[in-house]
Amino acid sequence: MIENDITIRIGGEAGMGLESSGAGFAKALVRGGLHVFGVPDFYSRIRGGHNFFTLRAACDPLFSIADPVHILLALDMESVRRHIADLVPGGAVVYDSKDPLSEALRREDVLAIPVALSQLAREIGGLELMRNTLALGIAAGLLEFDLSYVESIIRDNFAKKGEDVITSNLNVIHKGAEIAEAYKADFPFRLHAVPNAPQRILLNGTQAFSMGALAGGCRFVSGYPMTPGSPVLVWFAQNGAKYGAVAKHVEDEISAINMAIGAAIMGARALVPTSGGGYALMVEGTGFAGISETPVVIYNAQRPGPATGLPTRTEQADLLFMLHASQDEFPRMVLAPGTLEEAFHLGWYAFNVAERYQTPVMVLSDQFLADAFRSLEASGLDFDAVEIDRGALLTDADLDALTERYKRYQITESGISPRALPGHPNAIWVTESNEHDEYPRIEEDAQNRIAQQSKRMRKARPMAQDVPPPTWYGPEGAALTLVCWGSTYGPAREAVDRLNAQEAGAANLLHFSGLEPFPPTAEAELRKAHKTIVVEGNYTGQLEILIRARTGLSVDGHVRRFDGRPFRPEFILAGLQEA
Amino acid sequence: MVTRDDYRIDEKPTWCPGCGDYGILTALIRALVEHNIAPHELMIVTGIGCGSKLPQYMRVNGMHTLHGRPWPAAQGAKLANHGMRVIVVHGDGDGYGEGLGHFVHAVRRNPGVTEIVQNNKIYGLTKGQFSPTSEKGWKTSTSPYGSAEEPAQPLALAITHGATFVARGYPGELKHLIWLIGEALEHPGYALVDILQPCVSFNKPRAYEYYAERVYKLEDEAGYDPNNRTAAWERAQEWGEHIPIGIFYRAVPGPTFEMLDPVLKDSTPLVKRPLGKLGSAQVDSLLAKLR
Ligand SMILES: Cc1ncc(C[n+]2csc(CCOP(=O)(O)OP(=O)(O)O)c2C)c(N)n1
Ligand code: SF4
Ligand SMILES: [Mg+2]
Repeated sequence: MIENDITIRIGGEAGMGLESSGAGFAKALVRGGLHVFGVPDFYSRIRGGHNFFTLRAACDPLFSIADPVHILLALDMESVRRHIADLVPGGAVVYDSKDPLSEALRREDVLAIPVALSQLAREIGGLELMRNTLALGIAAGLLEFDLSYVESIIRDNFAKKGEDVITSNLNVIHKGAEIAEAYKADFPFRLHAVPNAPQRILLNGTQAFSMGALAGGCRFVSGYPMTPGSPVLVWFAQNGAKYGAVAKHVEDEISAINMAIGAAIMGARALVPTSGGGYALMVEGTGFAGISETPVVIYNAQRPGPATGLPTRTEQADLLFMLHASQDEFPRMVLAPGTLEEAFHLGWYAFNVAERYQTPVMVLSDQFLADAFRSLEASGLDFDAVEIDRGALLTDADLDALTERYKRYQITESGISPRALPGHPNAIWVTESNEHDEYPRIEEDAQNRIAQQSKRMRKARPMAQDVPPPTWYGPEGAALTLVCWGSTYGPAREAVDRLNAQEAGAANLLHFSGLEPFPPTAEAELRKAHKTIVVEGNYTGQLEILIRARTGLSVDGHVRRFDGRPFRPEFILAGLQEA
Repeated sequence: MVTRDDYRIDEKPTWCPGCGDYGILTALIRALVEHNIAPHELMIVTGIGCGSKLPQYMRVNGMHTLHGRPWPAAQGAKLANHGMRVIVVHGDGDGYGEGLGHFVHAVRRNPGVTEIVQNNKIYGLTKGQFSPTSEKGWKTSTSPYGSAEEPAQPLALAITHGATFVARGYPGELKHLIWLIGEALEHPGYALVDILQPCVSFNKPRAYEYYAERVYKLEDEAGYDPNNRTAAWERAQEWGEHIPIGIFYRAVPGPTFEMLDPVLKDSTPLVKRPLGKLGSAQVDSLLAKLR
């Protein structure tokens, strides 16, 4: 028997309920003490198309999915056609027996399990939609995964729908397990629950970032739906009110960012969640935040573009765009979480930096990080570590004591001007998008321009100290260093693990979660590497370009991906052969 | 008591001598003083254009935002601090051109915000191109053969989208304008005061002389009922020999955008609430969903 690093893939058409049943099953695995990594692969359509959900479970923490699939639950023939080749020898395919499996789709080394999925779901559960539950029941049975965990999820998920719905779901699951009994002897893989494991949580990057932002005091969210950024807007719309956060779906992204700026000037910690195309509409507003020195946090869950691109897929091609968006120059911070822990952490940290430096802060996620589920120890979301630092914010007492006219854009050594919130009789000013003097009055004088532009740009120096430095994973001094940013961390980390399993000390990983200002320690860290291969999800190698621009260093090679699909360890390892 | 001195600032407007924006500035300050609104209780949000520089010429809180974008900033400001009075001020190019979408959506929401439009039917600051409210066939530097478009109808548009206070003023009728702005400020919901603003440099044919002969006050017309929405909608589009000013439409507004928000409804403005870490019960309730 081969135990406990098992991948299940469930595939079908949009509208078959794959994501919710996949997520429910993933939760059951987590309750059973296993670690889980789950990735939805969906087309941008409401019905039809081919969607699948890949779920990997193991005893040890997971950071990625992997290529080989052990069980394929095919709700339609298209799923068999697309994924039968991905099964490992000895794997199983469960499919609806109403359609015969053609010769071309048969594999000698794969266990074929034809089941009248739709018919049985209708007969036992009363709903054809329950065929995915039936299929998951078969998977649980084949793997000998303790059904009580699946039952507990069904009870929780359907609690509101009543006893009847719970019972029919339980019946369907049990039917699945019963069907599996006949095949178990021919199936060599098992996924046993780990009793008494600590209670873990299961979440995706959207949730991790949203909770981090909320914990960090985000109380105003304005956005316009655009996959894969809108789940953050939806999260706040659904959960925010309970915690005092206002969330508004507004007429467009231009409105979203300008609303956030208006709210931020008044003193609210404000966030705009979007994707690259929506961010394109926010570019002018970003510049307004820059010159008016308004703290605002911009979240871009990247997808392949340009224009509409591949709406439900992943890429990392907006880095240089975000770094340069807007005419002229002003300081900004660009952060790119690689894990759920980082998404949570940078979620609250972004607001501190934005207020400390009174400038826009950008968090670059992507569809893979936003949508992929992973199990974490509950302590992985470190709420205790959250700090709320509002920077040089003047208190009412400070303002009461003010004897001279308040200077909103006072020239200071650090470039940071003490900030008042509107409403106090001693601090009355007009936030300016024109160049201005300290008060501010609109001012075109050349010396004044130099003074104000230099003041704003000076903020970049202390900001660089606050940008998260690149972090190492793996053995020091390894022969090969993979360099990555953002969500590529997980798959790259597993690639490193596999290389080191073959040969100790073979590889390590240098991961960037802070990209602008470019971390001051980056050059020294990069110089420690013997051979550097940059792994990133875009065509031109944007991190590579940035490294060269900021440090003058050239890397030794790269592995790139821009097909809209997330990196997997196998893809990286294969790429290294060519790099 | 608030006085005109409270709004005084040592700053000379950069407007042309004779520009209608002077009268609008005067009327606004006088209305604010009459209604006892202090500068620190007020946020004036403007776009970009000649008129949008207005908050620089009085002592007041302001946001001089982007061309066409004062509405979003104003709504964000009002949501963040609904205890503060918010007035949006912008030109016709700004709010009815670049920002027309925001205008319609803002009206639909009924924010507790007063809107004042310096409508000179021209782009002043960029030196005289035709604007969305220019009459069809208007010849300017960018419409040398005459503009092809029908003029936008902002007042009718506002009425159509649920506005409950829609008025037009004219700085040549200063007292009337002060009164109109005051009524708008007292309206417990969204209120629009569109102003016929003479631009003496780039729109001479639509300056004082033209308007002085044509404007008439709806308030002087016996039988004009500002509560009749259909009649108001039609009257809002009257133009030519006779140009109405005054309150076209007035009705009792529903709850404002802010007061419909579950977080803000009947409670302390967002920015006046303490901002601290989540409590352990709050953290538990978040994590419970993930188990
Ligand atoms: C995005 C953008 N486009 C164009 C401009 C240039 N611009 C400045 S003011 C203006 C038009 C002003 O017209 P209006 O809003 O009617 O104000 P007025 O000057 O007539 O008071 C334009 C096009 C700008 N500042 N920003
Ligand atoms: S150009 Fe027209 S609108 Fe601008 S200041 Fe001069 S008169 Fe006024
Ligand atoms: Mg104009």
